[in-house]
Amino acid sequence: MKSLKVLQHHLADANNQLAVLENQSEHQHASFIGKLLGLNLFPLQASGVDIFQINVGKMCNQVCKHCHVDAGPDRKEIMTRETMQLCLPILANSNIKIVDLTGGAPELNPDFRWFVEEIKKLGKHIIVRCNLTIILANKRFYDLPEFFHKHQIEVVSSLPSFTQDRTDRQRGDGVFEDSIKALQMLNNVGYGHDGSGLILNLVYNPAGAFLPPSQQALEKEYKTELAKKFNIVFNNLFAITNMPISRYLDYLLQTGNYDKYMEKLVSAFNPSAIKNVMCRNTISVSWDGFLYDCDFNQMLDLKVAPQTSQHLSNFDLSLLNNRNIVLKQHCYGCTAGAGSSCGGEVAS
Amino acid sequence: MANHYYNAEDLGKFGSIGEYQKEMADKFFSYYGEVFKDGALTAKEKSLIALAVSHAVQCPYCIDAYSSDAYEKGFSEAQMMEAVHVASAIKGGAVLVHGVQMMNKVKEISM
Repeated sequence: MKSLKVLQHHLADANNQLAVLENQSEHQHASFIGKLLGLNLFPLQASGVDIFQINVGKMCNQVCKHCHVDAGPDRKEIMTRETMQLCLPILANSNIKIVDLTGGAPELNPDFRWFVEEIKKLGKHIIVRCNLTIILANKRFYDLPEFFHKHQIEVVSSLPSFTQDRTDRQRGDGVFEDSIKALQMLNNVGYGHDGSGLILNLVYNPAGAFLPPSQQALEKEYKTELAKKFNIVFNNLFAITNMPISRYLDYLLQTGNYDKYMEKLVSAFNPSAIKNVMCRNTISVSWDGFLYDCDFNQMLDLKVAPQTSQHLSNFDLSLLNNRNIVLKQHCYGCTAGAGSSCGGEVAS
Repeated sequence: MANHYYNAEDLGKFGSIGEYQKEMADKFFSYYGEVFKDGALTAKEKSLIALAVSHAVQCPYCIDAYSSDAYEKGFSEAQMMEAVHVASAIKGGAVLVHGVQMMNKVKEISM
């Protein structure tokens, strides 16, 4: 399977995705901004910058059907060491506590380990969004569990089901088997065990055109099934809603599910999720150093509002701390039901 | 008046039955919500029961709702079809067990 970009698919262009999402004549769904206006919550302001989420490249060893990044082996956009170097003084001179490294598969960036070590010197907590199969993709990655352990990295990994069928349907043939092996390798160095201090969190996202079920019930089931079948332990399960962006948007349109899915998101709009949406305390950095409110806005090329602070080279924390968040129809994805973020549900 | 008896969009209007009798509708929906919460059975287990019952009562609205709900809650296609077979076996069994009544009657009146 190739990325939309390499296929020269019209949805590879963010403008074409926004044209679908914002098209109120063909796809009539209540305006997200209108909802917030009705609740006196517009404009939605950031509450600060606690999390620096850095997308270090779109290259990935997997080609997942729902990927909002349109990542894959054919994507060549990779953050350079020079761009990474622009991040370091920003982190050093701020109270940003958490650095969240994502991709693609972030480990495929040739400077990934160097970057982790430099960030760690600054005393920041690091999260790596590891797709698990990368650990087994090549022998040069076999020692990743030890590397993560050495730097006390929090590992967050996708596993859309505790069954092979659903996992492989979404993430590709053989992904489940390799994911299980990788989880066992992480467990073997201490990850996921109570009291080890080595956090291993899993991510569930629906393999289809529906919303996630209860995170709490799902976590309990995952813990029971993974322990029983594979002797695997982990800390928390995050249930994340699929965003109608990129490949998932294409899937929704191709299968005739787009309007029904959007209606589900709109119907499940939960005002109490808004105050905790991740864009309010996160800055998302692209491989080429531009700044966004979240990873989803990044993929739609919706840069942060302050025009004089849209790149690492002109980063102005005072402007970003209380910026107005850029909102579009896809934002319903983060406010549906119990809400959704990179850390799972955001409302009870 | 519609020229058909079932309309998929009517499922989304279920809540509107309160328009003609609010008190009873409120009680029903409150009870309904309570039934499907985690209890001695999990909400997930109840979803699969509801799927089987939906087929037994042949309610297209219910089949629509609980096919989605059971799949979303993580049941596989095979598990869901087995639940439908359970409903089918009970319905089929319910027909066949009346065959005994037929046999009783025939034996009663025959030489």
